[in-house]
Amino acid sequence: MKRPFPRRSKVNLPPEHMIADLGLGALLIAFMLALYGSAAAWIGARRNRQNWVASARIAMLLSFPVISVAALCLVYSLVHLDFNLEYVAMVSSRSMPQYLRATALWGGQPGSLLFWAWLMSAFASLVMLRDWRRDRPFLPWVIFVVMITLGFFLALTLFFENPFTHLWQGADGTVWSQVLRPNGAVPFIPADGNGLNPLLRHPGMIIHPPMLYLGFVSFVIPFAFAIAALITGRSDDRWIRLTRRWTLWAWLFLALGLLLGSRWAYDVLGWGGYWGWDPVEIAAFMPFLTGTAFLHSVMIQEKSGLFKHWNMLLIILTYDLVIFGTFLTRSGVLSSVHAFAQSAIGPSFFVFIAGTLTASLFLLSQRWGSLKSETGMSSLLSRESLFLVNNLLFMGILIVCFWGVVFPLVTEASGIIGSAIPSLSGIFTGQKITVGPVFYERATGPLWAGLLLLMGIAPLSAWRASTTRTLGRAIWKPFAVSVLVLAGLLVNGMRQPGALLALWLCAFVFTVTVFEFWRGARARRTHGENFFLAMWNLIGRNRRRYGGYIIHLGVVLIAVGIIGIEFFQQETQGQLAAGERLQLGAYSLQYESLAEFDLGDGRLVDRAVVNVFKGDEYLGQLFPRRDYFYESQQAMTIPGLRSTFEEDFYVILVEWEPLSGEHATFKIYLNPLVNWVWLGGFVFIVGNLVAAWPEPEPGLERRRVKATIQGAKAPVN
Amino acid sequence: MRHIFAFLLFVFAVGFFAGGVAAQGEGPSDDEVNAIAKNLYCPVCANVPLDVCPTLACQRWRQQIADKLTAGWSEQQIYDYFVEQYGDQVLAAPPARGLNWLVYLVPPLALLLGAVLLGRLLRGAKMPTGAGAEPLDTIYSDYAKRIEDELEERR
Repeated sequence: MKRPFPRRSKVNLPPEHMIADLGLGALLIAFMLALYGSAAAWIGARRNRQNWVASARIAMLLSFPVISVAALCLVYSLVHLDFNLEYVAMVSSRSMPQYLRATALWGGQPGSLLFWAWLMSAFASLVMLRDWRRDRPFLPWVIFVVMITLGFFLALTLFFENPFTHLWQGADGTVWSQVLRPNGAVPFIPADGNGLNPLLRHPGMIIHPPMLYLGFVSFVIPFAFAIAALITGRSDDRWIRLTRRWTLWAWLFLALGLLLGSRWAYDVLGWGGYWGWDPVEIAAFMPFLTGTAFLHSVMIQEKSGLFKHWNMLLIILTYDLVIFGTFLTRSGVLSSVHAFAQSAIGPSFFVFIAGTLTASLFLLSQRWGSLKSETGMSSLLSRESLFLVNNLLFMGILIVCFWGVVFPLVTEASGIIGSAIPSLSGIFTGQKITVGPVFYERATGPLWAGLLLLMGIAPLSAWRASTTRTLGRAIWKPFAVSVLVLAGLLVNGMRQPGALLALWLCAFVFTVTVFEFWRGARARRTHGENFFLAMWNLIGRNRRRYGGYIIHLGVVLIAVGIIGIEFFQQETQGQLAAGERLQLGAYSLQYESLAEFDLGDGRLVDRAVVNVFKGDEYLGQLFPRRDYFYESQQAMTIPGLRSTFEEDFYVILVEWEPLSGEHATFKIYLNPLVNWVWLGGFVFIVGNLVAAWPEPEPGLERRRVKATIQGAKAPVN
Repeated sequence: MRHIFAFLLFVFAVGFFAGGVAAQGEGPSDDEVNAIAKNLYCPVCANVPLDVCPTLACQRWRQQIADKLTAGWSEQQIYDYFVEQYGDQVLAAPPARGLNWLVYLVPPLALLLGAVLLGRLLRGAKMPTGAGAEPLDTIYSDYAKRIEDELEERR
């Protein structure tokens, strides 16, 4: 196969070649460890042989250092530009700075699969280090599930997308890519590599994939415990209690990944928004949806012993959506079903997802009887009922997302039926279609509104039993405050019914949540604590509950930002000569000049200078630009941005006259309240940290409290 | 006389607006083109709407839209033209016909099914009224009790 690398030269193998071979060897050993670990765990569990289980545990612990060697070897090759490796030649280049070369580890498919496996092994080792004495029966099955998952990703890395594949040149000048040296071939080392996709050269994009992958891999742990509980026949909520924090951390990482991805889109993609309902975005969003439903639903099981089947289903679904998300972004299926069929990696993913889903559901069906609820539902207004409605709405959004992503593939694949049965070709046309943001926004909008309403009501309802009177008495004050906010919006001239409803819901949830904090702190203050200490102790003593409330506040702020941009975004575009102005709302943009310069790092930059005014007030200059990358022949649109909590003034350089720069076309967006999305994201993360932060050991805590009490009682000299 | 005045006013008004349009007459504005372009997707740049796609191909498509608007085509005629040329995938959402109905029907039907299942699950539960309602404080009983216990322990 001919390779598209620039110049070629025959040289002796550099020392980096040995590093690459070391990485390949480590990868092979890691794969064998995964195979051995899963087999040993199986044998140990089936034959009740603890030494086999102990051996499997060591294999799992070893997987992390061994995969670390493989990953570090690849990073070394990337940083030292071993272009004899096909992966390095694809994603690294001489002009790239060192830190970008290192982060190119997850800049392409083979590297990111290795990175996935590396993070998975880190979590696997971490879970092995916990105290297993109370949960010994779970141990072999947790190892089995994690090692099977790890083994799958290592197999993909080793056999289909090997980052240590070398480039070879035959006597006739043909260039191959192959792991081992073919007969008669010499190593081929391109003079330079293609470099990282320019769109990925952004701080947000450097941190975004690791966060997303951390979220993905950490959801494997609660899944492994759930499967262990199913196999060992534990019908209680032990597996949930053991994995509560894992789930919260997984959720936190996934949320961080989604937020960083959104910020990256806003800063780099140059279309004035942060979320385009792109299938790749949705792929990461789907496990987040089921994970959120799961986090709420497990509370029902912990409090009331209800819905054990449902929690199992949710964690199985989350796990397979994690794999499905990786499959969507890695298999090529999104570009075309035909690309999926042509790649080896796509069918492998498909088989793995089908296999794990079938096996998990089979296990669940086997234990169906023993997982019956311990009690029944007693009240329609209880928190259990409201959480169930919450789960229904999350599932509704999931179905919209899943169906929207999958349907274009279904219509394209349906062409096979159409061509086989000509009479049906009118229906099964095989035509590709697009399911764009308009579909998702219309379909999920009401469901999001329903979720906001539940976020306001559920915290005020009681577990097991809640009545209209008690709920009504708890709700009326926050409701009254939210109605005042609504009246304020109407007085200020807002008339869009959708925006009014959404903002009223936000005001309602915000007030309910703040009331909850205030009420709790007031209860503590009756015991003589000052307000801040009362608030601190309130949160510290019930971190899960109040962490959750902080997360709710974060969601409200995010919702306000989304409402701002969805309902009130304005845009305009126009061609300007130097000195001319373009008006949008209260703002105007004045084109000053445009310059083109070569930065010397592989980029040609066209940068405009524009003055921004609000009314007659001069606000300053912005510099929207377009970076063109020679190596990859790709362009990146960097907006000029003036950001306040009220609104963002977002300018894109669309077109220009290359030489004179006399005229240039700009597109301007006014994005009201968009900064609240990022502020809300920050609050969301803080809340998650509060909820997920490890509790001190109960014994230690008791001793600490006792010591404090004794200290307080000690006579003062 | 009043009628003549009204007629003159009408003629003046028509002339004024017609003159305004004629004065613009160089073609549609960028915003008019983008209003249509944002609902179209080119087959090459996956998931990037035409109004913000920076590629040369998409610039040409936008120019085509401008040309068609200048030629007096309606918005719908322009959509139809692009669908005819490149297929349904240029539209932001699939047209509701044939197999495409499934994309619109499956989510609400699935949600309805979920609601029915949930309804069956909750059938045993009652909608409690105010009669015999527990006092407000019991809503927070769990958590208040915990605070009380902890404070008691600290004394």
